[in-house]
Amino acid sequence: MSDVVEKTLTALPSLLSLDSQPGSAKLSSTSKLGNLIRGITELTSKHEEEKLIQRELASIKEQVSSPNTSMRQMKELMVRAIYCEMLGYEASFSYIHAIKLAQQGTALEKRVGYLAVSLFLNESHELLLLLVNTVLKDLQSTNLIEVCMALTVVSQMFPKDMIPAILPLVEEKLNHQKEIIRRKAVLALYKFYLIAPNQVQHIHNKFRKALCDKDPGVMTASLHIYLQMIQENPEGYKDLTASFVTILKQVVGGKLPMDFNYHSVPAPWLQIQLLRILSVLGKNDQSTSEIMYDVLDESLRRAEMNHNITYAILYECVKCIYTIHPKSDLLEKAAKCIGNFVLSPKINLKYLGLKALTYVVQQDPKLALQHQMTIIECLDHPDLIIKRETLELLFRITNAQNVTVIVEKMLDFLRVSTDDYTTIDLVGKVAELAEKYAPDNEWFIETMNTVFSVGGDMMQPDIPNSFLKLLSEGFDSVEEDRKLRLFAVDSYVSLLQGEPGKLPQRFLQVISWVLGEYSHLRAELQPSTVMRLLSKLLDTKNTSSETKTWVLMTMTKLCEGAAGVSVAQEVSEAYSSSLDTVLRQRAQELQHLSQDSELRARVVPRDAGLEPLEVDSSLSFLDGFVSEALAAGAAPYKPPHQRQEELAQAKALSLEPYGLSLPISISSCSIADRQSPTLLSMSSGLSGDSTDLSHKGGSTTLKLDGVKRVWGKEGYLAQREPVEETAQVEVPSPFRSPSQQAEADSSHSQTPTPVPTPEPTQEKQQLASSLFVGLSSQSSVCLMGKSESAPQRFRRKAKSPSSSSGASEQISNSLVSAPSTVDNLLCDNLLDTNITSELAVSSPTQTSQLSQSLTTANGTCDVELTDTKGSNHSLIRDISVAVAADPTPHEDPDKPKDLCLSSHLPAELSGFSHSEITPLCSNQSLDLSACHVQQKDSLVLVVFIYNSSDSDIQQILLELDSDDLEVSGVCGSPVQEVGSQSVAVCQFSLSVKRPSVHVEVSGMVSYQLPVGTPQSAQFSYNLPLTSFIRPLTLSTEEYGTMWLAFSHDTKQNLTLINEGQESLAATLNVLKKKLQLHIVEIIGLEGIVACRLLQDQPCLMHCRVHAGTLAVWLRSPVPDLPDCLMYYCQRALQEH
Amino acid sequence: MQFMLLFSRQGKLRLQKWYVPLSDKEKKKITRELVQTVLARKPKMCSFLEWRDLKIVYKRYASLYFCCAIEDQDNELITLEIIHRYVELLDKYFGSVCELDIIFNFEKAYFILDEFLLGGEAQETSKKNVLKAIEQADLLQEDAETPRSVLEEIGLT
Repeated sequence: MSDVVEKTLTALPSLLSLDSQPGSAKLSSTSKLGNLIRGITELTSKHEEEKLIQRELASIKEQVSSPNTSMRQMKELMVRAIYCEMLGYEASFSYIHAIKLAQQGTALEKRVGYLAVSLFLNESHELLLLLVNTVLKDLQSTNLIEVCMALTVVSQMFPKDMIPAILPLVEEKLNHQKEIIRRKAVLALYKFYLIAPNQVQHIHNKFRKALCDKDPGVMTASLHIYLQMIQENPEGYKDLTASFVTILKQVVGGKLPMDFNYHSVPAPWLQIQLLRILSVLGKNDQSTSEIMYDVLDESLRRAEMNHNITYAILYECVKCIYTIHPKSDLLEKAAKCIGNFVLSPKINLKYLGLKALTYVVQQDPKLALQHQMTIIECLDHPDLIIKRETLELLFRITNAQNVTVIVEKMLDFLRVSTDDYTTIDLVGKVAELAEKYAPDNEWFIETMNTVFSVGGDMMQPDIPNSFLKLLSEGFDSVEEDRKLRLFAVDSYVSLLQGEPGKLPQRFLQVISWVLGEYSHLRAELQPSTVMRLLSKLLDTKNTSSETKTWVLMTMTKLCEGAAGVSVAQEVSEAYSSSLDTVLRQRAQELQHLSQDSELRARVVPRDAGLEPLEVDSSLSFLDGFVSEALAAGAAPYKPPHQRQEELAQAKALSLEPYGLSLPISISSCSIADRQSPTLLSMSSGLSGDSTDLSHKGGSTTLKLDGVKRVWGKEGYLAQREPVEETAQVEVPSPFRSPSQQAEADSSHSQTPTPVPTPEPTQEKQQLASSLFVGLSSQSSVCLMGKSESAPQRFRRKAKSPSSSSGASEQISNSLVSAPSTVDNLLCDNLLDTNITSELAVSSPTQTSQLSQSLTTANGTCDVELTDTKGSNHSLIRDISVAVAADPTPHEDPDKPKDLCLSSHLPAELSGFSHSEITPLCSNQSLDLSACHVQQKDSLVLVVFIYNSSDSDIQQILLELDSDDLEVSGVCGSPVQEVGSQSVAVCQFSLSVKRPSVHVEVSGMVSYQLPVGTPQSAQFSYNLPLTSFIRPLTLSTEEYGTMWLAFSHDTKQNLTLINEGQESLAATLNVLKKKLQLHIVEIIGLEGIVACRLLQDQPCLMHCRVHAGTLAVWLRSPVPDLPDCLMYYCQRALQEH
Repeated sequence: MQFMLLFSRQGKLRLQKWYVPLSDKEKKKITRELVQTVLARKPKMCSFLEWRDLKIVYKRYASLYFCCAIEDQDNELITLEIIHRYVELLDKYFGSVCELDIIFNFEKAYFILDEFLLGGEAQETSKKNVLKAIEQADLLQEDAETPRSVLEEIGLT
């Protein structure tokens, strides 16, 4: 058969395409590809297939490298090579030929060549560089098809570094007369923007032109770029809101050509893209949101057809409505929409309904309440995806009252789940809930036991770490701590008596640590008994050597008495010649310490968990090694947060299990990542102290309770009160108090039901009542201004003292305050900060609202305080603000005081710039605010105490404390007494003990009113590390000597602020201005900069312009300081 | 969109398009796992899957599964319609498309996909425009081809 016939046959389907002839494919089955495909289908075994393909590949290889092969044959060979690769066989020899084909072939062959290139290579492949010239040539071609092909391949992959070579040509194409070329050029620029944003920064105005293009296709394409840019910087594009709204209006109104209709819905892709853009623009911005209300309403109205595509638009609309500044009637419609989704018999819609509910439930818990029965049904849905999404929803509405039921449901799911990713994720969530809302010790320990057993060795290491930290640090009551630990010990001993071989290693490690620390609490438990149980673990085959080291360390703590020593001797002999050096080390330690009880008592004292352990976290002894490696060309170290960022930017598919879901503070990063994991777990085994690091950051994400409290009954919810009430009536509540209820619930789900419920529906209602208990009752609790009925159980001691329960107490205090007018707010310092009772009742939502307007309107006196009734604010913006302002949810009346308070600044400080005056806490008699003043050689914290009551307040005692800071009083005698309606000022001088990105001072004020008992209030104050940074003036020589002397360092590449000649100087000037650094000298492409942390802790910076970025190296004698400063440098440059 | 896969009921891959740079090893691993997961699902089940940190949207047309991976914030329903639009395009181009069309003319299927989605984003949603672009390129193909193959025929046979 000649090639021509073949060719014709292959071409036939496309020729026939217009007459829609079925079976056209069979015609081409005579080609070589057809032969290959038919050959494969006739085979019966994988082995035969492999042989056939290898033969095929060998023949392709021979032909492609033969000089006689024409480009036309090459094209056919490439198609076969693509096919082989698709089957999973490597054909890398053909890559270079694919590039050749794209280069040398005629348009037709080029097309296959480009396709092969785009399928074979990815954008980091080195061969791609060979394509640059071809692309360049084709972009300049007069043949439209060739230009199209070049643009298509460029939009899929292009080497980042070569973008400047073709950028002018692509830009030129934006003005091409053909819309298809313009469209592809826009998409190519989008690709460039994704991989190298700074390369295309200068053509932003051209993007605007594309947005205004007369062809809807080009305009649609430009929205990809806009969505990306707006997500990165919403502020910069607010002016475009009206344009986007107009476009959406036109689309929704059917003004586009019919071609763009999809199942008679006008341009749905365009609509969705616009809705996504609008939601980003309207987020936290009332005025911008107002522009889009109309069009959103219209979109909702128009999308009524019963087709997937309308649901897609509705879903996006709903998301947008819940993201932007809220409007009550839109929210109502959106809620109805979600309801339709959830109730839909179509499973895809149901899934999306649940997803939408999960998204909005934090703002609107009652919506979940309305659909409780559906949610219960979804919990038993046969499709795991639906179940999983339901659990996610329940996770968001968990509170102290329904935690047992929800956690039980999650554990049920975990026991049947086979997917590692789901397991890791859910286990983390269960642990988080257990820690936050555990009703009692037994439940907590048992739940964590299940978490450890099910989560196994896959779970995030911070779960066992924070669990151990929780046990060792304890809570508020010593007795409770003892009980918890005792229960853990009992539980673990019985586990070890069972079949410990089946437990995961991580769990065994936890068990052995706890037994080592706390088994002495159980007096009747002999240490030797525990040691025998543990030694059984050592004999188990599955036990990893890491676990064995944990066990040996535990034994070291336990080996008391003759029996204990003899077990210890036995074990240490067995392992003192182990091949594992760590194990051997531990065995040696055990041997020596078991013989010398006095030494042992000193090395492993009881309750050592609370003693801090000195760790050289910077690993400065490795500096030599590092600099050697760097000199040898090794890549500089990047901290994980930067790597993650880069990863996110690359939009790469992560094949690793989920990263930590909790944000980690810089300081903890620097410690955690500089130590090897083993080292970390070792030290945690010894003291339990270093385990806390990851958790500190973690607790910042526990926003849930704060969020709920904020929502309250403000805004449109108030209008839906009747609905809420009926929902409450539907819930059968056979139990009296929430705590009883929780207890009964747990027994209900674990043991035979105390209340006989024969009918399944009744069972479901029962479940509903236990699942949704918190939602209804909590809101009514809020209404009455009471604090949450069940405060968080395991409240960390070390945490900021004014956490959830404290905050709500303050609120309830305010109820008592005497009503008074707000009129005289503006009078100099005769401020009346009492709030009217109406305001107090009006819930935390308003409080946060006010606090929010406080931050925006800071410093002005003409703030309207009366904007509290009936305004439908709140939602997202308030939530974010309220979280930030959580320790002080009650600062509303302070607002106009800022300016007035600043007049109270001590005269000696008035010349310096001070931060905004931030309210700290307030109650019916006292208002505390503070600001910090940056002086040349010190940082002064000024606390304003304002007595808002009608009587004098005496015996005021203000105490400050901080983990990170050294606090000392400045003025001689502290304030004792503040007269009615007047202000007293305290000053404290602060200096940094241990650098971290944000440092916090917590404090307590106690005082005595003329009548009544002594009172106190707690507060905390955050300030950035940068307020402690001052310029350090040095000569270059001094810099040189100091540089060598410092041991702690960090390196990172930062972005330069602009391209061009003076970029280094400009970048350094920005840093100088924002961070108060001193530029020592700029030499060519390098610059040296110095600063100090108060008082006199220097930090030196060396930077070099390299490959378009700024390679920054920070050094200091203070651990963590370089890392923190790097963080601020990065931020300063990003914000610029 | 992160990638699109087409595979048969027997688990044979028919088309793969990756919009994120991945190594061949990773691609194979993902394909294998995903094909298994999707094939194991029952017909009445949800078309969406949470898989690793991605959302998978899949739909079955006759013997072929179309499967897209999107990020969490993306709209699942519109992705389902992207699949549907692609099937419509194939159908229009091949004339009531069947799996064999795609097997034997997979390069054409790729060309159509490239005109429809570019770099993981919908490029052109007008069916007419996509097909016009493909037809133009195909026509050029014929023009360039015919004279040359005649010459070659003389020379070769």
